[in-house]
Amino acid sequence: MNASAAKFKPGDRVKVRFEDRPGHLRTPWYVRGKTGWVERVYGKFLNPESLAFGRDGLPKKTLYLVAFNQCDLWGKANKADKLLVDIYEHWLDPAA
Amino acid sequence: MSTGSDDHGHDHPKNELSHHAKRIYAIRDLLLEKGVISDKDIQCQIEYQEARSPANGSKLVARAWVDPTFKARFIADPKAACAELGIDATAINEFVVLENTETVRHMVVCTLCSCYPRPILGRPPDWYKSFNYRQRSVVDPRGVMSEFGLDLADDVEVRVHDSTADIRYIVVPLRPSGTEDWSEADLAKLVTRDSMIGVMDPLPAIPV
Amino acid sequence: MARGHHDVGGLPGAGPIDQSQHELSDWEILADAVNQALGAKGIKRTDEMRRAREEMDSAAYRDMTYYERWIASIEAILIEKKILTREEIDRKLAQFDSKWGEP
Repeated sequence: MNASAAKFKPGDRVKVRFEDRPGHLRTPWYVRGKTGWVERVYGKFLNPESLAFGRDGLPKKTLYLVAFNQCDLWGKANKADKLLVDIYEHWLDPAA
Repeated sequence: MSTGSDDHGHDHPKNELSHHAKRIYAIRDLLLEKGVISDKDIQCQIEYQEARSPANGSKLVARAWVDPTFKARFIADPKAACAELGIDATAINEFVVLENTETVRHMVVCTLCSCYPRPILGRPPDWYKSFNYRQRSVVDPRGVMSEFGLDLADDVEVRVHDSTADIRYIVVPLRPSGTEDWSEADLAKLVTRDSMIGVMDPLPAIPV
Repeated sequence: MARGHHDVGGLPGAGPIDQSQHELSDWEILADAVNQALGAKGIKRTDEMRRAREEMDSAAYRDMTYYERWIASIEAILIEKKILTREEIDRKLAQFDSKWGEP
Protein backbone atom coordinates (compact mmCIF):
# COMPACT_ATOMS: atom_id res chain seq x y z
CA MET A 1 0.00 0.00 0.00
CA ASN A 2 1.37 3.41 -0.92
CA ALA A 3 0.84 5.35 2.27
CA SER A 4 1.57 8.64 0.62
CA ALA A 5 -0.87 8.30 -2.31
CA ALA A 6 -3.31 11.13 -2.83
CA LYS A 7 -6.64 10.47 -1.15
CA PHE A 8 -8.69 12.14 -3.90
CA LYS A 9 -8.60 12.21 -7.69
CA PRO A 10 -10.01 14.61 -10.27
CA GLY A 11 -13.79 14.42 -10.38
CA ASP A 12 -14.20 13.36 -6.73
CA ARG A 13 -16.77 15.39 -4.85
CA VAL A 14 -15.34 16.78 -1.63
CA LYS A 15 -16.65 18.71 1.34
CA VAL A 16 -14.41 21.26 3.01
CA ARG A 17 -14.16 20.84 6.77
CA PHE A 18 -15.53 23.56 8.93
CA GLU A 19 -12.63 24.07 11.32
CA ASP A 20 -12.33 27.03 13.58
CA ARG A 21 -9.04 26.70 15.46
CA PRO A 22 -6.08 28.95 16.18
CA GLY A 23 -3.13 28.98 13.82
CA HIS A 24 -2.20 29.95 10.28
CA LEU A 25 -5.01 28.49 8.20
CA ARG A 26 -4.96 28.87 4.42
CA THR A 27 -8.50 27.61 3.76
CA PRO A 28 -10.68 30.68 3.28
CA TRP A 29 -13.72 31.06 5.51
CA TYR A 30 -16.10 31.30 2.54
CA VAL A 31 -15.48 27.68 1.45
CA ARG A 32 -15.48 26.04 4.88
CA GLY A 33 -18.35 23.58 5.08
CA LYS A 34 -18.97 23.84 1.33
CA THR A 35 -19.03 21.05 -1.25
CA GLY A 36 -17.15 21.08 -4.54
CA TRP A 37 -15.07 18.72 -6.64
CA VAL A 38 -11.40 18.04 -7.31
CA GLU A 39 -10.13 19.49 -10.59
CA ARG A 40 -6.41 18.78 -10.21
CA VAL A 41 -4.04 17.05 -7.85
CA TYR A 42 -1.05 19.33 -7.38
CA GLY A 43 1.12 16.98 -5.38
CA LYS A 44 2.70 17.26 -1.96
CA PHE A 45 3.82 20.47 -0.32
CA LEU A 46 5.21 21.43 3.07
CA ASN A 47 2.38 22.32 5.44
CA PRO A 48 2.09 26.12 5.82
CA GLU A 49 0.29 25.68 9.16
CA SER A 50 3.55 24.30 10.56
CA LEU A 51 5.98 26.51 8.59
CA ALA A 52 4.25 29.61 9.89
CA PHE A 53 5.49 28.81 13.40
CA GLY A 54 9.08 28.05 12.46
CA ARG A 55 8.54 24.30 12.30
CA ASP A 56 9.64 22.08 9.44
CA GLY A 57 6.31 21.72 7.60
CA LEU A 58 6.41 17.93 7.71
CA PRO A 59 4.65 15.71 6.95
CA LYS A 60 3.93 17.15 3.53
CA LYS A 61 0.27 17.46 2.56
CA THR A 62 -1.29 16.82 -0.83
CA LEU A 63 -2.63 20.02 -2.38
CA TYR A 64 -5.73 19.99 -4.59
CA LEU A 65 -7.36 22.44 -6.96
CA VAL A 66 -10.96 22.30 -5.75
CA ALA A 67 -13.77 23.83 -7.80
CA PHE A 68 -17.09 25.13 -6.53
CA ASN A 69 -20.18 26.37 -8.33
CA GLN A 70 -20.49 30.07 -7.51
CA CYS A 71 -24.21 29.63 -6.96
CA ASP A 72 -23.48 26.98 -4.29
CA LEU A 73 -21.27 29.46 -2.42
CA TRP A 74 -23.21 32.69 -2.64
CA GLY A 75 -26.76 31.81 -3.69
CA LYS A 76 -27.35 34.22 -6.52
CA ALA A 77 -24.68 33.90 -9.22
CA ASN A 78 -24.27 33.08 -12.87
CA LYS A 79 -25.00 29.35 -13.20
CA ALA A 80 -21.90 28.67 -15.27
CA ASP A 81 -19.44 30.45 -13.00
CA LYS A 82 -16.92 28.65 -10.83
CA LEU A 83 -14.60 29.48 -7.96
CA LEU A 84 -11.39 27.49 -7.60
CA VAL A 85 -9.31 27.28 -4.44
CA ASP A 86 -6.07 25.48 -3.62
CA ILE A 87 -6.88 23.31 -0.59
CA TYR A 88 -4.78 20.83 1.40
CA GLU A 89 -5.94 17.25 1.86
CA HIS A 90 -6.46 17.45 5.63
CA TRP A 91 -9.23 19.99 5.03
CA LEU A 92 -11.24 17.70 2.72
CA ASP A 93 -13.67 14.86 3.31
CA PRO A 94 -15.42 12.76 0.67
CA ALA A 95 -18.87 14.07 -0.25
CA ALA A 96 -21.80 12.23 -1.77
CA MET B 1 26.25 53.65 10.77
CA SER B 2 24.93 54.06 7.24
CA THR B 3 21.74 55.92 6.52
CA GLY B 4 22.60 57.70 3.32
CA SER B 5 22.84 54.98 0.72
CA ASP B 6 19.11 55.02 -0.03
CA ASP B 7 18.65 58.76 -0.54
CA HIS B 8 17.35 58.78 -4.10
CA GLY B 9 16.09 62.30 -3.58
CA HIS B 10 12.38 62.01 -4.22
CA ASP B 11 9.56 61.91 -1.64
CA HIS B 12 9.30 62.99 1.96
CA PRO B 13 12.06 64.15 4.23
CA LYS B 14 12.68 61.35 6.67
CA ASN B 15 11.30 63.21 9.66
CA GLU B 16 7.87 63.24 7.98
CA LEU B 17 7.69 59.48 7.47
CA SER B 18 5.08 57.43 9.28
CA HIS B 19 5.97 55.38 12.34
CA HIS B 20 6.49 52.15 10.44
CA ALA B 21 8.21 53.78 7.52
CA LYS B 22 10.87 55.11 9.91
CA ARG B 23 11.25 51.76 11.59
CA ILE B 24 12.42 49.95 8.46
CA TYR B 25 15.47 52.23 8.35
CA ALA B 26 16.24 51.37 11.97
CA ILE B 27 15.72 47.68 11.29
CA ARG B 28 17.88 47.83 8.19
CA ASP B 29 20.75 49.55 10.00
CA LEU B 30 20.63 47.10 12.90
CA LEU B 31 20.59 44.10 10.57
CA LEU B 32 23.62 45.49 8.73
CA GLU B 33 25.46 46.23 11.99
CA LYS B 34 24.85 42.72 13.24
CA GLY B 35 25.85 41.15 9.93
CA VAL B 36 22.48 39.46 9.48
CA ILE B 37 22.27 40.77 5.92
CA SER B 38 24.59 42.96 3.90
CA ASP B 39 24.15 46.07 1.79
CA LYS B 40 24.89 43.86 -1.21
CA ASP B 41 22.08 41.47 -0.24
CA ILE B 42 19.67 44.40 -0.19
CA GLN B 43 20.93 45.89 -3.45
CA CYS B 44 20.68 42.48 -5.10
CA GLN B 45 17.02 42.25 -4.18
CA ILE B 46 16.27 45.77 -5.37
CA GLU B 47 17.86 45.00 -8.73
CA TYR B 48 16.14 41.60 -8.97
CA GLN B 49 12.77 43.22 -8.42
CA GLU B 50 13.46 46.03 -10.87
CA ALA B 51 14.20 43.49 -13.60
CA ARG B 52 10.79 41.92 -13.22
CA SER B 53 7.84 43.47 -14.99
CA PRO B 54 4.68 42.66 -16.94
CA ALA B 55 6.80 42.82 -20.11
CA ASN B 56 7.94 39.27 -19.29
CA GLY B 57 4.37 38.08 -19.29
CA SER B 58 3.45 39.95 -22.47
CA LYS B 59 6.39 38.30 -24.23
CA LEU B 60 5.23 34.85 -23.14
CA VAL B 61 1.65 35.49 -24.20
CA ALA B 62 2.59 36.96 -27.58
CA ARG B 63 4.78 33.93 -28.30
CA ALA B 64 1.96 31.61 -27.22
CA TRP B 65 -0.39 33.40 -29.61
CA VAL B 66 1.83 33.04 -32.66
CA ASP B 67 3.24 29.58 -31.92
CA PRO B 68 0.74 26.86 -30.88
CA THR B 69 3.54 24.42 -29.98
CA PHE B 70 5.04 27.01 -27.62
CA LYS B 71 1.61 27.58 -26.13
CA ALA B 72 1.30 23.85 -25.50
CA ARG B 73 4.75 23.81 -23.86
CA PHE B 74 3.86 26.91 -21.81
CA ILE B 75 0.74 25.24 -20.46
CA ALA B 76 2.43 21.88 -19.83
CA ASP B 77 5.61 23.22 -18.18
CA PRO B 78 5.46 26.96 -17.60
CA LYS B 79 8.86 27.30 -15.93
CA ALA B 80 10.65 25.53 -18.79
CA ALA B 81 8.81 27.68 -21.33
CA CYS B 82 9.93 30.80 -19.44
CA ALA B 83 13.52 29.59 -19.57
CA GLU B 84 13.19 29.21 -23.38
CA LEU B 85 12.53 32.95 -23.56
CA GLY B 86 15.27 33.81 -21.09
CA ILE B 87 12.83 34.58 -18.26
CA ASP B 88 13.96 33.39 -14.84
CA ALA B 89 10.95 31.79 -13.15
CA THR B 90 12.98 29.67 -10.74
CA ALA B 91 11.72 31.57 -7.68
CA ILE B 92 8.20 30.33 -8.29
CA ASN B 93 7.48 27.08 -6.49
CA GLU B 94 4.76 25.99 -8.88
CA PHE B 95 3.25 27.89 -11.75
CA VAL B 96 -0.01 27.24 -13.64
CA VAL B 97 -1.13 28.84 -16.88
CA LEU B 98 -4.85 29.52 -17.36
CA GLU B 99 -5.97 29.86 -20.96
CA ASN B 100 -8.92 32.08 -21.82
CA THR B 101 -11.22 31.10 -24.67
CA GLU B 102 -14.35 32.52 -26.30
CA THR B 103 -16.41 30.68 -23.70
CA VAL B 104 -14.17 30.82 -20.60
CA ARG B 105 -12.49 33.69 -18.77
CA HIS B 106 -10.20 33.30 -15.76
CA MET B 107 -9.53 35.79 -12.99
CA VAL B 108 -6.87 35.51 -10.25
CA VAL B 109 -6.88 36.83 -6.70
CA CYS B 110 -5.34 36.09 -3.33
CA THR B 111 -8.06 36.87 -0.79
CA LEU B 112 -5.92 35.95 2.23
CA CYS B 113 -2.97 38.24 1.49
CA SER B 114 -1.78 39.23 -2.03
CA CYS B 115 0.10 36.31 -3.55
CA TYR B 116 1.07 37.14 -7.11
CA PRO B 117 3.52 35.74 -9.72
CA ARG B 118 6.13 38.38 -8.81
CA PRO B 119 9.12 36.59 -10.40
CA ILE B 120 7.41 36.88 -13.79
CA LEU B 121 5.22 39.97 -13.61
CA GLY B 122 6.99 42.06 -10.97
CA ARG B 123 5.11 43.69 -8.12
CA PRO B 124 1.31 43.51 -8.11
CA PRO B 125 -0.67 46.69 -8.74
CA ASP B 126 -2.11 48.54 -5.73
CA TRP B 127 -5.63 47.56 -6.71
CA TYR B 128 -4.81 43.83 -6.62
CA LYS B 129 -3.69 44.20 -2.99
CA SER B 130 -6.71 46.30 -1.99
CA PHE B 131 -9.38 45.05 0.41
CA ASN B 132 -12.07 45.85 -2.14
CA TYR B 133 -10.53 43.53 -4.73
CA ARG B 134 -9.78 40.79 -2.22
CA GLN B 135 -13.35 40.95 -0.89
CA ARG B 136 -15.29 41.34 -4.14
CA SER B 137 -13.41 39.28 -6.70
CA VAL B 138 -14.64 35.96 -5.35
CA VAL B 139 -18.30 36.94 -4.96
CA ASP B 140 -18.74 39.48 -7.80
CA PRO B 141 -16.10 38.82 -10.46
CA ARG B 142 -18.33 40.07 -13.27
CA GLY B 143 -18.86 43.34 -11.42
CA VAL B 144 -15.11 43.73 -11.00
CA MET B 145 -14.49 42.93 -14.68
CA SER B 146 -17.12 45.45 -15.66
CA GLU B 147 -15.19 48.15 -13.79
CA PHE B 148 -12.16 47.25 -15.89
CA GLY B 149 -14.23 47.52 -19.06
CA LEU B 150 -15.03 43.85 -19.60
CA ASP B 151 -18.71 42.92 -19.83
CA LEU B 152 -19.30 39.26 -20.53
CA ALA B 153 -22.35 37.45 -21.89
CA ASP B 154 -24.15 35.13 -19.50
CA ASP B 155 -23.04 32.04 -21.38
CA VAL B 156 -19.33 32.80 -20.88
CA GLU B 157 -18.02 30.90 -17.88
CA VAL B 158 -16.05 32.96 -15.35
CA ARG B 159 -13.52 30.96 -13.31
CA VAL B 160 -12.00 32.77 -10.35
CA HIS B 161 -8.83 31.31 -8.83
CA ASP B 162 -8.05 32.18 -5.21
CA SER B 163 -4.33 31.43 -4.90
CA THR B 164 -4.23 30.26 -1.31
CA ALA B 165 -1.12 28.08 -1.52
CA ASP B 166 2.19 27.94 -3.43
CA ILE B 167 0.65 27.79 -6.90
CA ARG B 168 0.99 31.03 -8.85
CA TYR B 169 -1.41 31.66 -11.70
CA ILE B 170 -1.07 33.64 -14.90
CA VAL B 171 -3.79 34.11 -17.50
CA VAL B 172 -3.17 33.74 -21.23
CA PRO B 173 -5.83 36.11 -22.52
CA LEU B 174 -7.74 35.63 -25.75
CA ARG B 175 -5.93 36.89 -28.85
CA PRO B 176 -7.77 39.93 -30.26
CA SER B 177 -9.35 39.48 -33.67
CA GLY B 178 -7.80 41.31 -36.60
CA THR B 179 -4.22 40.54 -35.50
CA GLU B 180 -3.57 37.58 -37.77
CA ASP B 181 -0.46 38.98 -39.43
CA TRP B 182 0.89 41.01 -36.53
CA SER B 183 4.44 40.67 -35.26
CA GLU B 184 5.12 39.26 -31.81
CA ALA B 185 6.43 42.64 -30.67
CA ASP B 186 3.21 44.39 -31.71
CA LEU B 187 1.06 41.66 -30.20
CA ALA B 188 2.91 41.98 -26.88
CA LYS B 189 1.81 45.64 -26.70
CA LEU B 190 -1.82 44.50 -26.53
CA VAL B 191 -1.16 42.20 -23.57
CA THR B 192 -1.69 44.37 -20.52
CA ARG B 193 -0.71 43.33 -17.01
CA ASP B 194 -4.37 43.44 -16.04
CA SER B 195 -5.30 41.03 -18.84
CA MET B 196 -2.81 38.52 -17.38
CA ILE B 197 -4.52 38.81 -14.00
CA GLY B 198 -7.80 38.33 -15.83
CA VAL B 199 -9.87 41.38 -14.91
CA MET B 200 -9.91 42.54 -18.53
CA ASP B 201 -9.32 41.24 -22.02
CA PRO B 202 -6.25 42.43 -23.91
CA LEU B 203 -6.35 45.71 -25.83
CA PRO B 204 -8.20 45.51 -29.14
CA ALA B 205 -6.31 45.55 -32.43
CA ILE B 206 -7.88 48.84 -33.43
CA PRO B 207 -8.10 51.61 -30.83
CA VAL B 208 -11.69 52.31 -29.80
CA MET C 1 -12.27 31.61 17.48
CA ALA C 2 -13.53 33.86 14.78
CA ARG C 3 -12.75 34.57 11.18
CA GLY C 4 -9.30 36.14 10.87
CA HIS C 5 -9.12 39.79 9.84
CA HIS C 6 -7.07 38.77 6.81
CA ASP C 7 -9.72 36.27 5.63
CA VAL C 8 -11.72 38.80 3.67
CA GLY C 9 -13.01 36.92 0.61
CA GLY C 10 -16.72 37.61 0.17
CA LEU C 11 -17.05 40.09 3.04
CA PRO C 12 -19.82 42.59 2.29
CA GLY C 13 -19.39 46.33 2.07
CA ALA C 14 -16.60 46.46 -0.49
CA GLY C 15 -16.74 49.40 -2.86
CA PRO C 16 -15.41 50.08 -6.37
CA ILE C 17 -11.85 49.10 -7.14
CA ASP C 18 -9.55 52.12 -6.98
CA GLN C 19 -7.33 51.63 -10.00
CA SER C 20 -4.86 54.40 -9.21
CA GLN C 21 -1.25 53.38 -8.70
CA HIS C 22 1.22 55.10 -6.41
CA GLU C 23 4.92 55.17 -7.14
CA LEU C 24 6.78 53.29 -4.44
CA SER C 25 8.62 55.39 -1.87
CA ASP C 26 12.21 54.60 -0.92
CA TRP C 27 11.08 53.10 2.38
CA GLU C 28 8.67 50.76 0.59
CA ILE C 29 11.36 49.60 -1.83
CA LEU C 30 13.62 49.06 1.19
CA ALA C 31 10.95 47.11 3.08
CA ASP C 32 10.43 44.89 0.05
CA ALA C 33 14.17 44.30 -0.37
CA VAL C 34 14.84 43.61 3.33
CA ASN C 35 11.95 41.13 3.36
CA GLN C 36 13.27 39.34 0.29
CA ALA C 37 16.88 39.39 1.58
CA LEU C 38 15.82 37.82 4.89
CA GLY C 39 13.97 35.14 2.95
CA ALA C 40 16.86 34.47 0.59
CA LYS C 41 19.12 33.88 3.61
CA GLY C 42 16.65 31.45 5.14
CA ILE C 43 16.15 33.69 8.18
CA LYS C 44 12.40 33.81 7.86
CA ARG C 45 9.74 32.20 5.71
CA THR C 46 6.86 33.93 3.94
CA ASP C 47 4.47 31.75 5.97
CA GLU C 48 5.84 33.27 9.21
CA MET C 49 5.35 36.78 7.85
CA ARG C 50 1.76 36.03 6.85
CA ARG C 51 1.10 34.58 10.31
CA ALA C 52 2.56 37.69 11.96
CA ARG C 53 0.19 39.88 9.94
CA GLU C 54 -2.73 37.66 10.95
CA GLU C 55 -1.73 38.13 14.60
CA MET C 56 -1.62 41.93 14.36
CA ASP C 57 -4.18 44.15 15.96
CA SER C 58 -7.20 44.04 13.63
CA ALA C 59 -7.77 47.78 13.51
CA ALA C 60 -4.10 48.31 12.70
CA TYR C 61 -4.34 45.68 9.97
CA ARG C 62 -7.08 47.64 8.18
CA ASP C 63 -5.52 51.06 8.80
CA MET C 64 -1.95 50.35 7.78
CA THR C 65 -0.81 50.47 4.21
CA TYR C 66 0.47 47.35 2.51
CA TYR C 67 4.15 47.96 3.16
CA GLU C 68 3.51 49.25 6.67
CA ARG C 69 2.03 45.82 7.38
CA TRP C 70 5.14 44.22 5.91
CA ILE C 71 7.37 46.31 8.17
CA ALA C 72 5.28 45.46 11.24
CA SER C 73 5.53 41.76 10.44
CA ILE C 74 9.28 41.93 9.67
CA GLU C 75 9.77 43.53 13.09
CA ALA C 76 7.52 41.01 14.86
CA ILE C 77 9.30 38.00 13.38
CA LEU C 78 12.83 39.36 13.96
CA ILE C 79 11.92 39.99 17.60
CA GLU C 80 10.28 36.58 17.93
CA LYS C 81 13.45 34.96 16.59
CA LYS C 82 15.52 37.07 19.01
CA ILE C 83 17.52 38.58 16.16
CA LEU C 84 16.58 42.09 17.26
CA THR C 85 14.82 43.51 20.30
CA ARG C 86 12.12 46.15 20.32
CA GLU C 87 14.28 48.25 22.65
CA GLU C 88 17.21 48.42 20.29
CA ILE C 89 14.93 49.33 17.37
CA ASP C 90 13.40 52.09 19.52
CA ARG C 91 16.88 53.31 20.50
CA LYS C 92 18.04 53.39 16.90
CA LEU C 93 14.90 55.26 15.94
CA ALA C 94 15.48 57.83 18.72
CA GLN C 95 18.96 58.42 17.28
CA PHE C 96 17.40 59.00 13.84
CA ASP C 97 14.80 61.39 15.24
CA SER C 98 17.47 63.52 16.85
CA LYS C 99 19.44 63.47 13.57
CA TRP C 100 16.45 64.12 11.30
CA GLY C 101 14.82 66.74 13.51
CA GLU C 102 11.21 67.62 14.13
CA PRO C 103 8.76 67.36 11.22
